[in-house]
Amino acid sequence: MNLGAFSSRPAGRPIKDDVGEGRMFGDRALLAFLLCLVAILLLGLRYVYLQVISHDEFSTRSLSNRVRIVPVAPNRGLIYDRRGRPVAENMPAYRLELVPEKVDDVEQTIQVLSEIIELPEDAYERFQKTRTRYRVFDSVPLKFNLTEQEVARFAVDRHNFNGLEIVPYLSRNYPYKDLLTHVLGYVGRLDEDDLNRVEESNYRGTTHIGKAGIERYYEDALHGVSGVEKIETNAQGRVLQVLERQDPVHGDDLILSLDVLIQQAAWDALGERAGAVIAMDPNDGSILAMVSKPAFDANLFVHGISTKDYRGLLSAPDRPLFNRAILGGYEPGSTLKPFIALAGLELGVTTPQRRIFSSGNFQLSPNSRPYRDWRKGGHGWVTVEQALEQSVNTYFYQLALDLGIDNIHDYLAPFGFGEPTGLDLIGENSGVLPSRPLKRGQFGLPWYPGETVITGIGQGFNVVTPVQLVVALSALVNGGIRYEPRLLFAAKQAGDEQAHRVNAPVAAQIPVRDPANWDVVQEGMRLVVHGAQGTARAIKPASGFQIAGKSGTAQVATQSETTDRQSADTAAHLRHHALFIAYAPSENPGIVVAAVVEHGGGGSSQAAPVARAVIDAWLSQEILP
Amino acid sequence: MRRLYPAWVKWPQLDYALLAALVLLMGFGLLVLYSASGQDMSVVYRQGVRIGVGLVAMLVLSQVPPHILRMWTPYLYGIGLILLMATWFFGVGRSTNRWLDIGPIRFQPSEIMKLGVPMMVAWYLHPRRLPPDLVSIAVSGLILLAPVVLIVRQPDLGTSLLVAVSGCFTLFLAGLQWRYILALAGLAAAAAPALWFVMREYQRNRVRTFLDPESDPLGSGWNIIQSKIAVGSGGVFGKGWLNGTQSNLEFIPERHTDFILAVLSEEFGLVGVLLLFAVYLFIVGRGLYIASMARQTYARLLAGSLALTFFVYVLVNGGMVSGILPVVGVPLPLISYGGTSIVTLLAGFGILMSFYSHRNFIR
Repeated sequence: MNLGAFSSRPAGRPIKDDVGEGRMFGDRALLAFLLCLVAILLLGLRYVYLQVISHDEFSTRSLSNRVRIVPVAPNRGLIYDRRGRPVAENMPAYRLELVPEKVDDVEQTIQVLSEIIELPEDAYERFQKTRTRYRVFDSVPLKFNLTEQEVARFAVDRHNFNGLEIVPYLSRNYPYKDLLTHVLGYVGRLDEDDLNRVEESNYRGTTHIGKAGIERYYEDALHGVSGVEKIETNAQGRVLQVLERQDPVHGDDLILSLDVLIQQAAWDALGERAGAVIAMDPNDGSILAMVSKPAFDANLFVHGISTKDYRGLLSAPDRPLFNRAILGGYEPGSTLKPFIALAGLELGVTTPQRRIFSSGNFQLSPNSRPYRDWRKGGHGWVTVEQALEQSVNTYFYQLALDLGIDNIHDYLAPFGFGEPTGLDLIGENSGVLPSRPLKRGQFGLPWYPGETVITGIGQGFNVVTPVQLVVALSALVNGGIRYEPRLLFAAKQAGDEQAHRVNAPVAAQIPVRDPANWDVVQEGMRLVVHGAQGTARAIKPASGFQIAGKSGTAQVATQSETTDRQSADTAAHLRHHALFIAYAPSENPGIVVAAVVEHGGGGSSQAAPVARAVIDAWLSQEILP
Repeated sequence: MRRLYPAWVKWPQLDYALLAALVLLMGFGLLVLYSASGQDMSVVYRQGVRIGVGLVAMLVLSQVPPHILRMWTPYLYGIGLILLMATWFFGVGRSTNRWLDIGPIRFQPSEIMKLGVPMMVAWYLHPRRLPPDLVSIAVSGLILLAPVVLIVRQPDLGTSLLVAVSGCFTLFLAGLQWRYILALAGLAAAAAPALWFVMREYQRNRVRTFLDPESDPLGSGWNIIQSKIAVGSGGVFGKGWLNGTQSNLEFIPERHTDFILAVLSEEFGLVGVLLLFAVYLFIVGRGLYIASMARQTYARLLAGSLALTFFVYVLVNGGMVSGILPVVGVPLPLISYGGTSIVTLLAGFGILMSFYSHRNFIR
């Protein structure tokens, strides 16, 4: 780089006048110095004002700095289920607090303390981490939820521990333990990261914050507004009197649309198997039950889970921290057939009367790879109703081909496939609704006809979450209204007499061309349970109560001729996932259910009974006043 | 007379008056720091190490002849600009991207620009006829604005203003005509409201708190209130070293960094404050003297600008601690705890000393 050319004196300019410049610079420098002098004198005067003239006032204020402004944390809002059963409550408890200012050697104090009170091994490190949030004369919580014995033992040795105090507080408690964990989430110790998403000034006295689930999604409502107390202390920091108090406003109480009894039924029906069950009221979009198994006890997180326990949960092969109901992406399998059937009927590609012959093998052209029916030898000539009842693949292979992938995508999209449902929880999986642009975008490949064929039976690129299934099926049975599902049913603000109902918004209205088409699909689904050849006729209620449904099987690995993926003899992790979607009663449905049993095998045999158990529980609740 | 040291030892050419003032200042600073850190010797050691590094930088730079410094100037400025742009992509630090992590070193590239901008403006004006014509003013303005805009975006309003000020001083010392000064001042006053929209929410909060500290006495207002109490309760003679209750009970926030002057005021009183101000005034006076001794434009402009900018730090910090200026994260120079700032300042004084020892050379 030739800097010389640029920095040298530009041609044609007058020559520098060194003497004149020097004189001018001297003037300017002198002027600058005088300005500095004036400025520092003025600043000095300010200090004279503070330190001489106002000295007495500030001296008094410095002495009276024993008056402290202490934040008062609001009580967290309670959470109830639909029938008013408390599912997250505040229990009186004791915590141990330490005032760093009054403890000379914190590390040693903690050491001695650990002999009478059980402290985690990294108590000191944790203390150092949290103390940065507090001023030295603020107390820092050391341990939450002390046992009665610990409180008693500390009381006896109290005189040995200056600067330590036992403080009563309200601790979050989840009476149903792991049953509702994936819905409620939990609260945990407030940390630096949390402070970035809330208003810090409102959290000065708060120790816990919603970390997951409802507790996190509705954190703002549940937390309430922090209050302030002006207190006078003696030189040792002991509180003498409260001078002024601005009461905190406790958080909103939330009423969830969940019914604990239905939730329990779903939980029990899954048994030891991993999976998810979600139930929704198709008339208003409220969630009645949402189970994901395995789960964990949320109370562990409230008092600070040990690193070892947490690592255990993280590394468990069946992933208990993973909420399958909204995060689990599964191949929909045959549960997609009712939607394909409706697409065919509404778009005029097929008719209720049209019959298609199922030979057991379906081929795009002679000699090409055959697509199979689940029954060897096929089902013969079937209408769309029969095809749903018996889950005839060939009918849907042909129908999907007739529709074409573009029609399938465009018709299914309004049902909410391929996008988050908008449920009031964070981090929902959006699933995959295949289309030409999607495949090109992801793989850079064109779409092949064979992929349309298997899309007809919900295989291939399709991925759905249980919550998507339940939302889509609701739209299919309630006349095309797709709700944005809600766990929150009603909220009660501090001072309110009554809770205010929260309505689930409508996400889309699917146009109905001919209601008869919708009836045909629903009849097909009713036959799945009540038809003579229905794949799920085993769950048909003896009472004559009408349930409609559709089973599905999600492939875990590609189909191989040699392994029977539905058999109980096959190694568990190789077995398919079992899916079942259902609604009841078949006329004017009041509940829609989606159940997934991971590695369960067949949808009808494994997942259908789970859905039936949920419907039974719902029925028994409906009879109640 | 017998030499006490071998003949090849040459005492470095230094301005011993300036050096004495600096050492006095930093020694006093360490004393205050010991008290402000809650008598934590390790903090004092760490600060001592930084001062050591800074003194070495000063010593090295003081031996570099001015024309070499001038030759390096565009490169330093260019590197500074590149590093500033790098903070966009690789910046670290909570919510603001001021820091760059290079191996074990973590520093703020904006610090380089505290030297880089006045150096570059002086370099540009050096061959030109002064007072500068409109073109020179415009180019100097661009040299100044490029880094300032980058620093504002980090966001670091305080540093960007200080960098801007250092460049403006260079222009002022170059003899910028009064009519331009008035025009620029008017322009700045008109643009001030626009600043409000550039500011991030936390910066606006600082301004709001400055206007009405009692609005959030527990939060951001706390700093100003407690700092004023500390200063005021110190009185004429102070509460004595290590006896400041406001600082020992940690009522003063950031007491060993930005608010260390509050600790000093509380413990050493008005006497301590005025002595401190006197030393600062001596340093800037000495700096301006060195500047007017220099024979080349580059050295004059740069030395004067460095000295004046140094003094602006003192004024801003002193104003902030006493509650007449908003809280803008400007440390008390050479006293506040913190790494990059001390090293840059001492490097700047190294440059001054180089100009002093080379004052008789024309080139």
